[in-house]
Amino acid sequence: MSGATQDNALKGSGATRIIIYTVLILFMIFYLLPLYVMLTNSLKPLEEIRGGDMLALPKNWTIEPWRAAWSYAQIGVQPTGLKPYFINSIFMVVPAVLISTSLGALNGYVLTKWSFRGSDLVFGLLLLACFIPFQIVLIPMARILGILGLAGTTSGLVLVHTIYGLGFTTLFFRNYYAAFPTELVRAAQIDGAGFFQIFWRILAPSSAPIAVVTIIWQFTNVWNDFLFGVSFADFDSIPMTVALNNLVNSSTGVKEYNVHFAGAILAALPTLIVYIVSGRYFVRGLMAGAVKG
Amino acid sequence: MIDRFQNWLPRMVLAPSFFLVLIFVYGFILYTGYLSMTDSKMLPSYNWVGFANYEKLFRLRHWNTAITNLAIFGILYIGISSAIGLLLAILLDQKIRAEGFIRPIYLYPMALSFIVTGTAWKWFLDPGIGLENTMHQWGWASFHFNWIKDRNYAIYTVVIAAVWQSSGFVMAMFLAGLRGVDNEIIKAAQIDGATGFRIYRKIIIPMMRPVFLSAFVVLAHLAIKAYDLVVALTGGGPGRATELPATFMYSYTFTRNQMGVGASSAIIMLIMIFSIIVPYVYSELRAGGKR
Repeated sequence: MSGATQDNALKGSGATRIIIYTVLILFMIFYLLPLYVMLTNSLKPLEEIRGGDMLALPKNWTIEPWRAAWSYAQIGVQPTGLKPYFINSIFMVVPAVLISTSLGALNGYVLTKWSFRGSDLVFGLLLLACFIPFQIVLIPMARILGILGLAGTTSGLVLVHTIYGLGFTTLFFRNYYAAFPTELVRAAQIDGAGFFQIFWRILAPSSAPIAVVTIIWQFTNVWNDFLFGVSFADFDSIPMTVALNNLVNSSTGVKEYNVHFAGAILAALPTLIVYIVSGRYFVRGLMAGAVKG
Repeated sequence: MIDRFQNWLPRMVLAPSFFLVLIFVYGFILYTGYLSMTDSKMLPSYNWVGFANYEKLFRLRHWNTAITNLAIFGILYIGISSAIGLLLAILLDQKIRAEGFIRPIYLYPMALSFIVTGTAWKWFLDPGIGLENTMHQWGWASFHFNWIKDRNYAIYTVVIAAVWQSSGFVMAMFLAGLRGVDNEIIKAAQIDGATGFRIYRKIIIPMMRPVFLSAFVVLAHLAIKAYDLVVALTGGGPGRATELPATFMYSYTFTRNQMGVGASSAIIMLIMIFSIIVPYVYSELRAGGKR
């Protein structure tokens, strides 16, 4: 989304401009309101929330809900807070993202610079795999993870996320490398450089932009996944999203809304930070996933 | 010798991904398809029953609810997200000074997990504590908004939360499309005396057809897959009023021990998605080849 502002702007009076800005601001409120409500109410004591006004700033500021959400709120049967699940998610996300991105890079390299008879078919199969509803793989996957001894483990989830991320990572790198001059690869080949040498010396150094896009895309998807987590995880591998859902839905007795909000923000924080720090790349990934370039 | 090795190396590099996807995607699809034709209950069984599960599926009230809900949800979600996305993109394209500040605000919900979105909206829409209660506090005693607790309206709250999450992304797609429109065409129209919204209605919006198509494909496939949001927002309730195919599949397979029926519902979901995605991917790849 780099293009300069175009000349197709409506030539309108001051009144038109006011209407435009009003609509834009109303929608800003619409998008920001839930975040604002969660944030302010996570800093209020529970009585204040029950008492009423959800839009008001806290009268008695407190960070107790955050401490509870992080380290001692009841999740399922354990009063552990979200911390262990946050760590589970990290241990799941980091390897899954790195492995699927590396494989995607190599796949993209082969598909564009070393294509062979049948490589288009392989790409077609990988591409179509991006869109399957994951419900279709839940039953056999549960069985295979059991057979492999990975049921309920973080390694099992890493495997699952790596496999179902391959389609997109390959797609991203393939589209990027397709625009990379093949003559450079051929020239290096004539000079006697091998398959991996060419990848490392020539393609890898200029792959930073697409690597960032791919890593952000994979990170967001794996971190935010719920279905695989709820289907295949056990106590010591449950990811953050599933733990958050347990926190919100399982608390017996009093519903501690402020703790729920603090927990929800904690679960959203990693992807939000990534988005704030590198929003440009995030958008590029979304678009690449939607419109094959 | 070395040359032959170099020849095989690319295939060997691609092979692991190929076999993983072949087994874990296409093999699994076949396996689930097979299970959908057996009398599997809690565990897979290999007793062939033909299409009995599918016949049973379409007689189930829950499944019909799920399909009806998907139709309501899908149409409104796609329609409203596209409308808001297009509107915001056009407004943002009017040389807005603070565009760089506004755009990320529209888009950030896309970075959130549906579980987070569901948690936020569940509470916001809860009449006892959220919007309705706040309006009462502010003195608007007759304000009434309890859709999330109402069987007939709960599905629309799922639409609200889903639109909140995705409409900014649709805006980004349309904005990219608008920025790609050739200036000359607009200048020519202006010379011909066309102005303002007429140019948009008659010239620019019709040129956005590929973006509409992409947005439709992305949103439709998200709608069919929608699972987390319903779980977090309504838990499928009240009753089973917000059941969607994805939640149906999960509960029939893993909690009601009707694996055969669950598998057949998964196959129907796959058919729905592929009937949208396959033609799209095919035409995109062909267009890509021609370019």
